[in-house]
Amino acid sequence: MDIMSLTAVEIGKKIKNKEISVVEAASACIDRIEKLEPDYNCFVTVVDKEVILENAKKIQADIDSGKLTGPLAGVPIAIKDNMCTEGILTTCSSKILSNFVPTYTAEAVLKLKEAGAVIVGKTNMDEFAMGSTTETSYYGITKNPWDINKVPGGSSGGSAAAVAAEEVPAALGSDTGGSIRQPASFCGVTGIKPTYGRVSRYGLIAYGSSLDQIGPIAKDVTDCATILETICTHDDKDSTSYDKAADKFTEALVDDVKGMKIGIPRDYFAEGIDEDVKNGVLEAAKVLEEKGAIVEEFDLGMVEYAIPAYYIIASAEASSNLERFDGVKYGYRTSDFTDLHNMYKKSRSEGFGPEVKRRIMLGSFVLSSGYYDAYYVKALKTKALIKQAFDKAFEKYDVILGPVAPTTALGVGESLSDPLKMYLGDIYTVSVNLAGLPGISIPCGLDKNGMPIGLQLLGQTFDEKSIIRAAYAYECTRSYERPKQLSERGL
Amino acid sequence: MSKTYETVIGLEVHVELATKTKIFCGCSTLFGGAPNTHTCPVCTGMPGSLPVLNKGVVEKAVAVGLATNCTITQNCKFDRKNYFYPDNPQNYQISQLYYPICRDGKVEIEVDGNKKFVRIHEIHMEEDAGKLVHDPYSDSSLVDYNRSGVPLIEIVSEPDMRSAEEVIAYLEKLRLIIQYLGASDCKLNEGSMRADVNLSIREVGSEKFGTRTEMKNLNSFKAIARAIENEKERQIDLLESGEEVIQETRRWDDTKEYSYAMRSKEDAQDYRYFPDPDLVPIIISDEWMNEIKSRQPELRDEKRIRYKEEYDIPEYDIDIITNSKKLADIFEEAISLGAAPKKVSNWLMVETMRLMKEHEMDADDLKFSAKNLAAIIKMVDDKVINGTVAKEVFEKVFADNIDPEKYVEDNGLKTVNDEGALRKVIEEVIANNPKSVEDYKGGKEKAIGALVGQTMKAMQGKADPGEVNRILKEELAK
Repeated sequence: MDIMSLTAVEIGKKIKNKEISVVEAASACIDRIEKLEPDYNCFVTVVDKEVILENAKKIQADIDSGKLTGPLAGVPIAIKDNMCTEGILTTCSSKILSNFVPTYTAEAVLKLKEAGAVIVGKTNMDEFAMGSTTETSYYGITKNPWDINKVPGGSSGGSAAAVAAEEVPAALGSDTGGSIRQPASFCGVTGIKPTYGRVSRYGLIAYGSSLDQIGPIAKDVTDCATILETICTHDDKDSTSYDKAADKFTEALVDDVKGMKIGIPRDYFAEGIDEDVKNGVLEAAKVLEEKGAIVEEFDLGMVEYAIPAYYIIASAEASSNLERFDGVKYGYRTSDFTDLHNMYKKSRSEGFGPEVKRRIMLGSFVLSSGYYDAYYVKALKTKALIKQAFDKAFEKYDVILGPVAPTTALGVGESLSDPLKMYLGDIYTVSVNLAGLPGISIPCGLDKNGMPIGLQLLGQTFDEKSIIRAAYAYECTRSYERPKQLSERGL
Repeated sequence: MSKTYETVIGLEVHVELATKTKIFCGCSTLFGGAPNTHTCPVCTGMPGSLPVLNKGVVEKAVAVGLATNCTITQNCKFDRKNYFYPDNPQNYQISQLYYPICRDGKVEIEVDGNKKFVRIHEIHMEEDAGKLVHDPYSDSSLVDYNRSGVPLIEIVSEPDMRSAEEVIAYLEKLRLIIQYLGASDCKLNEGSMRADVNLSIREVGSEKFGTRTEMKNLNSFKAIARAIENEKERQIDLLESGEEVIQETRRWDDTKEYSYAMRSKEDAQDYRYFPDPDLVPIIISDEWMNEIKSRQPELRDEKRIRYKEEYDIPEYDIDIITNSKKLADIFEEAISLGAAPKKVSNWLMVETMRLMKEHEMDADDLKFSAKNLAAIIKMVDDKVINGTVAKEVFEKVFADNIDPEKYVEDNGLKTVNDEGALRKVIEEVIANNPKSVEDYKGGKEKAIGALVGQTMKAMQGKADPGEVNRILKEELAK
């Protein structure tokens, strides 16, 4: 049996049934990481082998004594490197945090640890989650396990690629404008971006605070629902945390969509979308229709305004959120400076990469006096209108169905030279963050080059259950497809 | 000088609110403490940390707003003020620009019997910064974040004041209101109240405001008065010599009685204010506001009216006592412990004031408890000690708040109530002072004073002067 080909919940079950031990699962994970990391570079930091095994033994003892009984007890999991982990380097894939070891652990990670998950490492990402390819990382690019000449998507590219390469059964990502859903789509795995406020942001190093959400990336819907259920809690330390008890998301794992109303925005298929992606997504819609869902097309509206509104709001917040990285308290400080302001300037100039600098400048500009109303305030109004457009659609539909991205994974280096092109690839994902809605990305076949296509299902705020149910029902009609490279490597 | 000028002054007053914990985290606000011990990931700006509003800060800010006749913004927000400085760990300060919690208030001040209103433009909540300490040995600067995140309100007045006297009256008024509310101790010298003075001058009769400067680093009422006089003169000199006043921020050096420019309007930073996305709007419901209203304590003006009705003490005494929350608290507590209002007021107005003057103290610095003052008054009432001894005991209580009963006991200061013993001493005094006795009997009633004095001396002060008088008169009548 290959432990690493199992899902997180399957591993959890085998540990519970004493078919395998926590140490065995952790060892299999470490071996796989050691074997594939030189090729894929999914991790910025892999936790020390001894530390992982020591931790695995402790968790085994807690399982044996009946202290840990949950589905994730003993399961190895990776964390995106923008979530604080006490005692473990946390870099946001930036040079400026190259030496930053947090003194506390992010709330969502803490929930996983309490459930008995074994944290094996911190995954690579676009620097400060700014990018859609994981190419802006200071720690090298992550390769797509389906084709090493392609990007894994981003910004949670390391998490998605690690799951696709079966280096870990599951990982946490974060999604500000598509950063969970798009890499999940590019790597042929499943990811959920929960409703804004569902998962505590405490300990998540902020990019765009009003848009950021932590969520799971795994091989299937069951894993994602299980992890989401574990990390969703009301947190007094996050003022934007939803104050109601979390739903039992796993209750929505039902293969039944009879009577479910699904809307397909016509605007999503107008132009710029790859033919294979379009066909793959509409094919999936047909499958759901055959299973009894009521599927129809409609006009969503506001689609063309999402990208400018998103880049103004996210960059504005980022320009302020990233001010704390100044070389004074922690992180990188330039070695040679003349005075305080020179130290700030040089530390930040040397510590941040070009994409981060671009967004800090963009954000600072739209907040500066004289431009605030013209850009920032207008973007906030647009955000409200986008939310209204979705609200109107959800009066009619339980779920909105569409593509995750207009294309499958792009070639390495293809979009880095043209940031605007990269930004346009976010057209189907950013509006979801602006409206605060939950979204899931699940694989729906391959394009002509054999690269995975992603299907996106959106729900009304706090209605993760509907998208989980629809995704699960769709998933039941097909089997999980691994990257061919793995089989070619004899894995 | 042919022209006459008018000074136009507006104030920005920062007040540290007396909450137990900081505005956005659970760290203690206690003053002192080793550097960086009252800190956590939130108030040191660690990556990933998030602010959570302390409701107590909102309640205190609303209380101040209500007491200064402001309109409360029932749906208000926090904004980020972005600027880089090491005392500010996030490099942005969480403050309020677009929707401050209070607006459009006013307070009445009185200078030389003339009353006028000073309007309040707004009151907003914000967080304090840390403290930088320069270490000359290592030639480096260190930062202490213990004060980072301590809650502040900034009270911004309209440019309604015309003299240093009005400014001081306004500040005294604010201080008194805030102290009565228990919202802050308002100590200028410790920085829990800080005032920045915006000042311009214009020709009398002119409608247009002149160019203003902002004066910082004013640590006492005296410094404020001196800085205002100095800045007024500086601006008049500039205009008289045909120069222009430059809009700038200046720093006052009180030892040199001189101010210098810190930065001009041209280098003014763009703070890029925007609503803080980590905090949700603060909704102050009618219920919450009424709850805060119902908890508002009696303020000075109400106290003055009540004292006049309830206690038979002079209006002058009422003014002095209510001019300090501390004195008013001692006054009321001593009365509640059974002391007569008139007597408490006398102790505060005479002995307390004398000792405060002697030690150059403010009423806020008083250490003695109302309980110990009431105990002294009771001992006098019960004739346990006499007035002279009482003053001696009070000096001890004033200095160290000792237990007066124990002190009297330990030092054997009780009045001797043995009439036989007293009569014996008096008989001896009469025998030894024939001249005074003769004078008294010859009609010089004042001569008895000398005999009382001799008796008290012989009794080492521990006799009741009333008793001494009575027995003396009896004995002399024999």
